[in-house]
Parts: sequence; structure tokens; C-alpha cells
Amino acid sequence: MLIIFYIFAALSVLGGLGVLFLRNPIHCALSLVGTFFCLGAIYVMLNAEFVAVIQVLVYAGAIMVLFLFVLMLLSSKDSEQYANKWPIGKILAGLLSLGIFIQIAGLFNAGELQLGPKGAYPLEVVEEVGSIALIGRLLFTDYILSFEIIAILLLVAVIGAVVIAKRRLQ
Amino acid sequence: MIPIEHILLLSAVLFTIGVLGVMLRRNVIVIFMSIELMLNAVNLSFVTFARSMDSMTGVIFIFFIIVVAAAEAVVGLSIILSIFRTRKTLNIDEYNLLKW
Repeated sequence: MLIIFYIFAALSVLGGLGVLFLRNPIHCALSLVGTFFCLGAIYVMLNAEFVAVIQVLVYAGAIMVLFLFVLMLLSSKDSEQYANKWPIGKILAGLLSLGIFIQIAGLFNAGELQLGPKGAYPLEVVEEVGSIALIGRLLFTDYILSFEIIAILLLVAVIGAVVIAKRRLQ
Repeated sequence: MIPIEHILLLSAVLFTIGVLGVMLRRNVIVIFMSIELMLNAVNLSFVTFARSMDSMTGVIFIFFIIVVAAAEAVVGLSIILSIFRTRKTLNIDEYNLLKW
């Protein structure tokens, strides 16, 4: 179990490094899809099957296909990496992200991660009811207002995308 | 059971790679992909905490995060599309329409 987790973790970090270093943006998109699949596998190991399914369906299936469509639509000749006009910026970016990493990793380092009281859904309850049934029940009772608002947000985003991307008629 | 610190460390590494991608890459669409990578790193820590805290709230939050990420990708890519029509490039250094 632990070995499989480490394999998928290494593969997902490898995919992330591919996004960072590959020159062709299409290769970047494909390595990001690999990262999403590995994260989906880790979600299965964490008993979050619903999240794993929508990770693969929505992220790897829908969002990345949209990215690839736009990349191929805008196939500019200068798809290689552009020259950086400000070389010292790379050093600054490295230092800043190192600081961010130390900040995040320091939060849970040295085993002093203090978690609050446990919730009402231990693994036995989730496996008895089924995680998807539980999520559906919560979404349509406790979180119904957020659910309706997010539906309107999605509608607004779709209409906005059509309006923005529309070609102006002469 | 996978130790929670290791999953959180993976999440931190992925988030840092996303931050580096936003700051180092010059192609707008690759910058956008790095933002998606950061969102995924946050999703991973949400699932981890939801599992270790015996709570369901983290999973519900991920549902909302993924919807917001989809909306963001759609609107952002259409903005990139319409800027590309006037600028003919994906280099973010050339996108200085608001500068004067």
C-alpha cells in the first residue's frame, strides 16, 4: 500500500516537473494529465472514490481537453519557450518559492500537527452508507445554498466565455 | 494507512512546482496549467484532512473547488483567445495592453 503511494507520488511530482520544464506546451499539457491521473489514484487510496472519479472525468477529461483545444487553435509559430528578458527574476522566483515551500512544510513538520476534534463520519460509517450517497445527502441538505450558487456561477461562466470569445461582427 | 505528513509533503511539493511555473514560464497557457496544478495540490490536502479528521466537509469543498476551476479555465481561456486575436502571440511579456 505504502509502496504504491510512493510510486504514484513520484510519478505525480515527475508530471509536475514536466509542466515546469518541457518546452512544447502540448507536452506540458499531457504531463499534467499524467499528474491528474496519479492524484486520482492517491484519492482512491484515501477512500475518496467520488473525488477520484470527478478528478479523472472533469480535470483530465474536460478541462485538459479544453486546454489542448485552445493550444492547437492558437498554434503560434513561437510555441517554444520565450526568452526571459530579466534573468535575475529566475533567482528571485526560486528564492520566493523556496520560502513558500519552507512555510508550508514547516506547518506539519516535527509531528506537531495539531488537529481539532474528529468529525461524525469515520471510515466504517462511510463504507456502510457509501461515500457517494453521503456526499449527495450532504450536498442537498446542509450545502444546498452553496450548490445553487455554484450552479449559477457555472451558467454565468459559460455565457461569459461565449460573449468574450465571440468574434466581433464588422 | 499512509502517514498524513507524507501526503501533505507531496501536496506542498506540487504547490511549489505550480508557484515556480507561474513565475518562470512565459507562455500564458502553461502559466494557466500551473495554476491548475496548485488547485490540485490544495485538493489533495483537503482530501487528506477530511480522511484523517473523519469529516466529509473537505470532500464537499473539493466539489466546489473543481466547479470553480472549470469556470475559471473556461473564462480565462476565452480571454486568452480574444487577446491572441490582437497580439498574435502567447508570450505574457507582450500582454501589456493596460500599461501606458
